[in-house]
Amino acid sequence: MREIVIISGKGGTGKTSVTAALAHLASQDGGAMLCDLDVDAPDLHLLLDPDRAETHDFRSGFEAVIDQDACTACGLCAELCRFGAVKTADGAYHVDPLRCEGCRVCVQFCPAGAVDFREKLCGRWHASSTRFGPLVHALLFPGEENSGRLVALLKKEARERAAARGLGLMLCDGAPGIGCPVIASLSGASQAVIVTEPTPSGRHDLLRVAELCRHFGIATGVVVNKFDLSLENSVEIERCCRERDLTLLGLLPHDEVVVRAMLARKSVTELPASPFSEALRGVWQRLLNLPGPMAARLSPININSKT
Amino acid sequence: MTGTIAVTSEGPELTSMVDPRFGRAAGFVVVDLASGKSSYVDNGGAQALAQGAGIQAAENVARAGAGVVLSGFVGPKAFAALSAAGIQVVQNVENMTVGQAIEKYRQGAFSVADAPNSKGGGRR
Amino acid sequence: MICAVASGKGGTGKTTVTASLAAVWERPLCVADLDVEEPNLHLFLNPELGAEAPAFMEIPVLDPTRCTLCGLCAEFCQFKALSVMGKTLLVFPEMCHGCGGCLRLCPEGALSPGGRELGCIIPGRAGDTGFLMGRLRVGEAMSPPLLRAVKARLPRDCAGARDILLDAPPGVSCPAVNAVMDADVVLLVTEPTPFGLHDLRLAVEAFRPMGAALGVVINRAGVGDAGVADFCRDENLPVWAEIPFSRAAAEAYARGQVLADALPELRGRFTALMEHVLTAAAKRAAGTGEARHA
Repeated sequence: MREIVIISGKGGTGKTSVTAALAHLASQDGGAMLCDLDVDAPDLHLLLDPDRAETHDFRSGFEAVIDQDACTACGLCAELCRFGAVKTADGAYHVDPLRCEGCRVCVQFCPAGAVDFREKLCGRWHASSTRFGPLVHALLFPGEENSGRLVALLKKEARERAAARGLGLMLCDGAPGIGCPVIASLSGASQAVIVTEPTPSGRHDLLRVAELCRHFGIATGVVVNKFDLSLENSVEIERCCRERDLTLLGLLPHDEVVVRAMLARKSVTELPASPFSEALRGVWQRLLNLPGPMAARLSPININSKT
Repeated sequence: MTGTIAVTSEGPELTSMVDPRFGRAAGFVVVDLASGKSSYVDNGGAQALAQGAGIQAAENVARAGAGVVLSGFVGPKAFAALSAAGIQVVQNVENMTVGQAIEKYRQGAFSVADAPNSKGGGRR
Repeated sequence: MICAVASGKGGTGKTTVTASLAAVWERPLCVADLDVEEPNLHLFLNPELGAEAPAFMEIPVLDPTRCTLCGLCAEFCQFKALSVMGKTLLVFPEMCHGCGGCLRLCPEGALSPGGRELGCIIPGRAGDTGFLMGRLRVGEAMSPPLLRAVKARLPRDCAGARDILLDAPPGVSCPAVNAVMDADVVLLVTEPTPFGLHDLRLAVEAFRPMGAALGVVINRAGVGDAGVADFCRDENLPVWAEIPFSRAAAEAYARGQVLADALPELRGRFTALMEHVLTAAAKRAAGTGEARHA
């Protein structure tokens, strides 16, 4: 099973648009199992129009709930809670679910045994069909801890469904950032693709997430989106890639076709050919040739040729 | 050969495939090497944890009385936990059935690991 | 007055808006970058940074001579930070959430408080504006503890400021909610596209219950469709600023420039945004009878 995870460090670099396009190209090239691992703010479904054939509850962690009938209002829970989760209103004590860490301290030490400890419903996940192939995706309810467990669950489901369908490729729209959800996204991946942009934030976050990939020993490629907004920064990113054993997969121009495709609920590659879609096809070809754990160095792309 | 051996497994039978993950394995087939009798320990409790699955799995293995674990990838915390309990760890066991893994162990084909081969889960 | 700048997704322009607001703000101001996983506000405001102070959270430290291996602490811990294996109690500091339960439970006094480094907090100044940021240690999985530590320093580090702007982490999960929690006003930055609309809905669902005054900023106005504007109208969400998309703006951003400085014709929009924020905060304070100062 070849697992390609597309991440970005920084949000808004075009990760989801790129993933949708690669999913389209993959569907013409043998097919892939698709996964939207950005469970905090998933967007892939907006382009892929999944049928949500299956829906499942996702429960994780626990939360404390004070039984008002048993509570003697001694206030010990509020005193012990390190997370400021115990609030009072008109003399009654209650736990703010947004702040509750699920640590069980109040449950343990309440002299009246008045605190219940319940499993939390944190979100929902779906297994769907789309025009590009099968997709697993999820949504965490707002305010929930994104521990990476829902991400891990989605990957497990995706792997099992891919195996059942004889699909040898899995394409994942990864979680943004560098924390637990990204780590869970990268776990077991064969290759990572970092979609970045030629801005100070883009470069800064590229380096942080590339370090994470290196930590995991995952072959990593880089796509610079909107490269023409700053040729200077794009060249700088190209140099960073060479220094750090990251394969530059392609430079994508800033192109209004991206939003046009989004409004049409399509992938850019489904619209008539554009500079963006042609550059993306190049990325796909280079990605297919990206080797396993050791990344190969390609000769630097001539950015002036704008391909 | 004597001793109790635990193998991470995708199912409860000796014909089940070895589960390459330790912490998030589906379960463990536990075999008494002298008698050949086997039992199954479900690892669902560890799978359900948001964090610390490897540590929980190690506790499950220790509670089952195993002295050796056969698995694919063991993370650093799980490895530390197993070592503290004096449980030997054999890694990189995959693409075979539980029965085949035990047979290879009996034949001395595996070596005991002195360090974890996986970077493990999220927290470091 | 505390104003948090948030969004349902990354890349909508939170940092752009925060930096430009800081550039036009007229009262004594302090800005804090609470995106401790991927801080980038400093790349635009270019503050003079002071010394990095490591931030710690409390974890248990074991005195093995007092431990009887009773296992009460390990059984209690929800996060597998403690485990009795063989003849040892193992402590895994990176798993600890700092609840303090084990310290209180241990009947032998074998556990005492120690520290785990979360990352660092860096104070600074950008001209007259106070600045504070945190940076999560790479590999540290949880951002809320460091985020809370940065917020805890605001009263001291921003003592001279009348207003505080918080650049929140993107998204609507734990870190974003922690950042936005105590604000008087929350700005929701979005873009007029299907992605922007979808994630704005999530943001409204997440942040509305907190009771702060909400206002929407539409960044890259003009690129997409009217979906976001229609949604705001239907939900009675005021749109306090529209920042039009332009190639010049995008290139200025790519160069690391503050939009309000690079394109002076946009200054007026950010000043108007500031007025909306202050008016909403004042109305809210009058309504609740409570005023919150820096």
